[in-house]
Amino acid sequence: MQNDRYKQYIFIALILLAAWLAFPVSQLLAEGPRYKQVVPHYDLTFPQDYGAHPDFRIEWWYVTGWLETSEKKPLGFQITFFRPSTGHNPENPSQFAPKQLIIGHAALSDPAVGRLIYDEKTARAGFGLAYAREGDTDVKLDDWYFVRSPDGSYTTEVQADKFGLHLTLKPSQSLMLQGKKGFSRKGPDIEQASYYYSKPHLQVSGIIRHQGQTLTVKGHAWLDHEWSSELLDSRADGWDWVSVNLDDGSALMAFQIRGKNDKKLWAYAKLRDANGHEILFAPEQVEFIPVRTWQSPHTNATYPVEMRIRTDKTEWRLMPLFDDQELDSRSSTGAVYWEGAVTVFRDEQKVGRGYLELTGYVESLDL
Amino acid sequence: MKAASLTTWLLLSEWRARFVQLIVAVMAIALGVALGFSIHLINTAAFNEFSAASKSLSGQSDLQVYGTRGLFDESLYPRLAQYEGVKLANPVLEFTAIVPDKLESRNNHKLRILGIDMFRAANMSPDLLGVPAEDKLMDGLADDAIFLSPAAKEWLQVRQGDILRLNVGMQSIALRVAGGLTRARAGQRVAIMDIGAAQWHFQYLGLLSRIELKLDAGVRHAIFKEKLQKELGAQFFVAEIVDQEARVANMSRAYRVNLNMLALVALFTGAFLVFSTQALSVIRRRSQFALLRVLGFTQRQLLRQMVMEGFVLGAIGSLAGLAVGYSFAALAIKLLGGDLGSGFFPGIQPSLYLSPIAALVYFFVGLGVTLLGSILPVLEAVRARPAVVLKPGSQDSAMERLSTPWPAMICLSAGILSTQLPPIHELPVFGYLAIALLLIGGISLMPRFAVWAFSFWMRIVNGFISRGRLNAVSLMIFARLANAPNQASIALSGVLASFSLMVAMAIMVLSFRVSVDNWLEYVLPADLYVRAADSGNQGGFQSVEQQIMTALPGFARIDFFRVQQLVLDPNRPEITLFARPIDNANPGNTLPLIGEMMEQTQWPKDSRPLWVSEAMVDLYGYTVGKQVMIPIGNMLREFTVVGIWRDYGRQFGAVQMQLSDYQMLSNDLSINTVALWLQSQTTMTDAYATLQQLPFSDALEITQSQAIRAKSLEIFDRSFAVTYLLEVIAVVIGLLGVAASFSAQTLARKNEFGMLRHIGVTRRQILAMLAAEGTLLTLLGVAIGFMLGWAISLILIFIVNPQSFHWTMQLHMPWSWLILIAGILLVSASMTALTAGRRAVSANVIRAVKEDW
Repeated sequence: MQNDRYKQYIFIALILLAAWLAFPVSQLLAEGPRYKQVVPHYDLTFPQDYGAHPDFRIEWWYVTGWLETSEKKPLGFQITFFRPSTGHNPENPSQFAPKQLIIGHAALSDPAVGRLIYDEKTARAGFGLAYAREGDTDVKLDDWYFVRSPDGSYTTEVQADKFGLHLTLKPSQSLMLQGKKGFSRKGPDIEQASYYYSKPHLQVSGIIRHQGQTLTVKGHAWLDHEWSSELLDSRADGWDWVSVNLDDGSALMAFQIRGKNDKKLWAYAKLRDANGHEILFAPEQVEFIPVRTWQSPHTNATYPVEMRIRTDKTEWRLMPLFDDQELDSRSSTGAVYWEGAVTVFRDEQKVGRGYLELTGYVESLDL
Repeated sequence: MKAASLTTWLLLSEWRARFVQLIVAVMAIALGVALGFSIHLINTAAFNEFSAASKSLSGQSDLQVYGTRGLFDESLYPRLAQYEGVKLANPVLEFTAIVPDKLESRNNHKLRILGIDMFRAANMSPDLLGVPAEDKLMDGLADDAIFLSPAAKEWLQVRQGDILRLNVGMQSIALRVAGGLTRARAGQRVAIMDIGAAQWHFQYLGLLSRIELKLDAGVRHAIFKEKLQKELGAQFFVAEIVDQEARVANMSRAYRVNLNMLALVALFTGAFLVFSTQALSVIRRRSQFALLRVLGFTQRQLLRQMVMEGFVLGAIGSLAGLAVGYSFAALAIKLLGGDLGSGFFPGIQPSLYLSPIAALVYFFVGLGVTLLGSILPVLEAVRARPAVVLKPGSQDSAMERLSTPWPAMICLSAGILSTQLPPIHELPVFGYLAIALLLIGGISLMPRFAVWAFSFWMRIVNGFISRGRLNAVSLMIFARLANAPNQASIALSGVLASFSLMVAMAIMVLSFRVSVDNWLEYVLPADLYVRAADSGNQGGFQSVEQQIMTALPGFARIDFFRVQQLVLDPNRPEITLFARPIDNANPGNTLPLIGEMMEQTQWPKDSRPLWVSEAMVDLYGYTVGKQVMIPIGNMLREFTVVGIWRDYGRQFGAVQMQLSDYQMLSNDLSINTVALWLQSQTTMTDAYATLQQLPFSDALEITQSQAIRAKSLEIFDRSFAVTYLLEVIAVVIGLLGVAASFSAQTLARKNEFGMLRHIGVTRRQILAMLAAEGTLLTLLGVAIGFMLGWAISLILIFIVNPQSFHWTMQLHMPWSWLILIAGILLVSASMTALTAGRRAVSANVIRAVKEDW
């Protein structure tokens, strides 16, 4: 049964992988509708650009963060909503026509459990049951949702079988445009880009349901909102990405796109201090250096769960909350990646907390 | 010698002595058990497969919501998806599309298609998901893709990547075969599409056929169901899977039960045969038993010995029956399909499942019947006083007890009484009981009849002899038959049972066939019928096409029909609604009306007329004059039942109304079928040519009423194929019985023949005497069997059929067939008697006489 569902869902994973893993997009688009392209020198306007961009092929809202229970126990969490377009004939007048999908991923990292607790959901947009609205952030997927209120705070709720999250996220800083004014390149080719902004240092409060208990939690989170029609270079194999809320109020985001043989194809980092002063690093100034690897007993993939990241002259060291934060959804979406809470050190000093994402480490996905 | 080895020794020596009779008896039991068991196996397999197949289409839902009129507006979907207590709502659009390449097979040209939302269905019915090609993973959501089950692919002869053409209304659309299904049941013909694409291409925009619900943990299903049903109102019904199973079960139950009953009848015939074999064997061995008693055997031991004998016979026969039954079922399913050709379980391919419990039940039924058949004659033999028995000529008196008329009379009266009782759970239980009682009663009275008939004949023969016209041998024949009726009648019981059942079935099947034929003529008055594929919930002919059809030259009359399926009761299969022009003043011109009816002048002014089929009266209580509510459009509308018509086509019920009434109430002006009457100078070829020139002729399915009639009768004959098979087997069992009892009897009469030879009767004369005896006995059996069979056929026609299938028919007698069968029986009985006799008279005459002393 599990295996059957897996096969059914593979194509969804493919949509995501197409965005993430350099799937030749042109193949998907061969006969489908034309999508809007990401171009430089476009001024993001808000709150308009908080909302969805259905003219683009793929879009996501990605929240990661550290929580603390009233007993001071640390927990990591991730809530993601994807909005892929499918290429279904735009002329189909049926309300069921699956032109847009909404996909939700949610995960909880509890060191006491020792492995990621995870759930996911997919639905076609329509009937007011699932949607990503334009105008302002408002995403719904049955009883899961992620909404921005006019006061700027976000509310999100995810109720899975094993756990539940009901959180409010309040911005404490202004938003952070990634790349050049929100134009974020993902490869050597200028077309390989996305519109991308982040909201670091979100103040989180809320309740979670975990192991049969309802817990009040507080913490810090990071929101990414990104949309694009063509993201990655066809030579890309995967990427490493990290976002860090630094204790001094600074925010760091860095990623590298890896080609075959783990060669760096593209890299990026931006550091913003508490005063809003930004440093943008060039691709050659950013380096991801594996320190310690962990081999997943579930997928046999080997992940560099401990990393050193060099941004120009500064070196950051990432230590995972625990090793097994692999998101193994081969029984459902088929996507496998490592998405984990990490503690960040600089010069052997703990300077902040963040989330590390490692994709493309599973030996060629057997689809 | 120890008791156990004595028992074995007695058994074996007895069996060695009459091997052939034993084989026949065992075969009879085996055949009875085999028939019953194989029919049970086939039915269970077909039913399980059918119900599993329809269950697999409806997934693992807790509740399902249907529209009473079939399709309903999709706005219910978001409402239910967000309804308190609903964990998951899965919208399904299920419909059939016409395959143009298969149009020539009238009843087998539709492909069942399910439009699904794969993300919802993945959690509800994971088997029903399309599996796309590895390089086309988006096909699950593609607007031009269709996924086919292996059986559907084979039927349509397409492969992945091929283009499949289907008819929608007056158009044809092309879809790409994108792959198979996750898991389809073997033989299940079904296609899967994205629900959005299906709504668009097949013109079902905004419509759904059902919504499957999974409820939150802890929600009480019954309470939730009731609440939701109340809230949704009469337009919808909320059903549980068990309701659906009940519906499937209801659909074929009458058919299955009736087949099982026929199998029991075969077993019943087998029991008579065992009885006759054992009874004769016991009579023959009476002196042997007496000798054993004298030698010190107790009554108990003797009884145990005989029961043991019956037990071993029954066990061997039943076991063989199980094996034969299983092989027969496997063969029948392979050759005829699970419904044995009757069309009750379409589109599936069942596989046999050997249930140990069922096998045990049939084993014990076979064993029980054998024990019963062998114990009855034994009881008397065991109780008899050895001294009396050891004297010759006591054999016939042995059966005296069995010829008391009272039990038989009680059986007959109970049988007649049973015919007056109503069905139980819509099954004609008492009808079958009446048949069994009549058979038992009739057969038990056989000795009386024999005495009566043959004494009468003996007087006449005596007269002839005294006038010197006949010789003494004739007298001997009648004297024997008239004075020793018990043995004769026992010999006949098997053949009597089977012949009467055969007569009954033959009369019933012919009556049914003639009635169906007449009915077809009545319900298909036009020359040509033209149908088009439905488009969405609209009939295929819209106003434009109707106008074009009306304007066609060469036709004397054109009628439009709107046919739809309706659900009146969620626990019952759908009924059919016909809206068509009906002559109000004289509805009998249009409909095959039966029984009472309301004249137009008596119709209530504020209501509309409705004509209902017989099944509606039985199942829904729609009697003439009753006001009933029928869902038309989106509302329940009031109609008055003004007449009842006969319908052999739809045993779950059908109603007819004026097309004008329907169109006014529903605003649905489309129609599905056009009936055309040719002008006298138009030939069929002209008519076809005219129709072929229509711009939408490709989408039309044109049938001549002659062809429909021929096809219907062909289907009829096919569904009775099993019945014919059962009849033949019953006859064979009966003949085996005749053979067995005649040979047993003639062997038992060795002494008599020896004596006759000594007093100068020739071998030829003895043989002639035996043949004549056999023929006369069979003649009597045939006569009585005919009477019994006729009575049983009346029960089948006027009780069993109306009660199980809700239709009535007129009595028609298949004279030529009956005479033929009677002739065959007579000839084969005389031949058997003769053959058996040959063996008896060939024995050493001297020894035969000596043996007696």
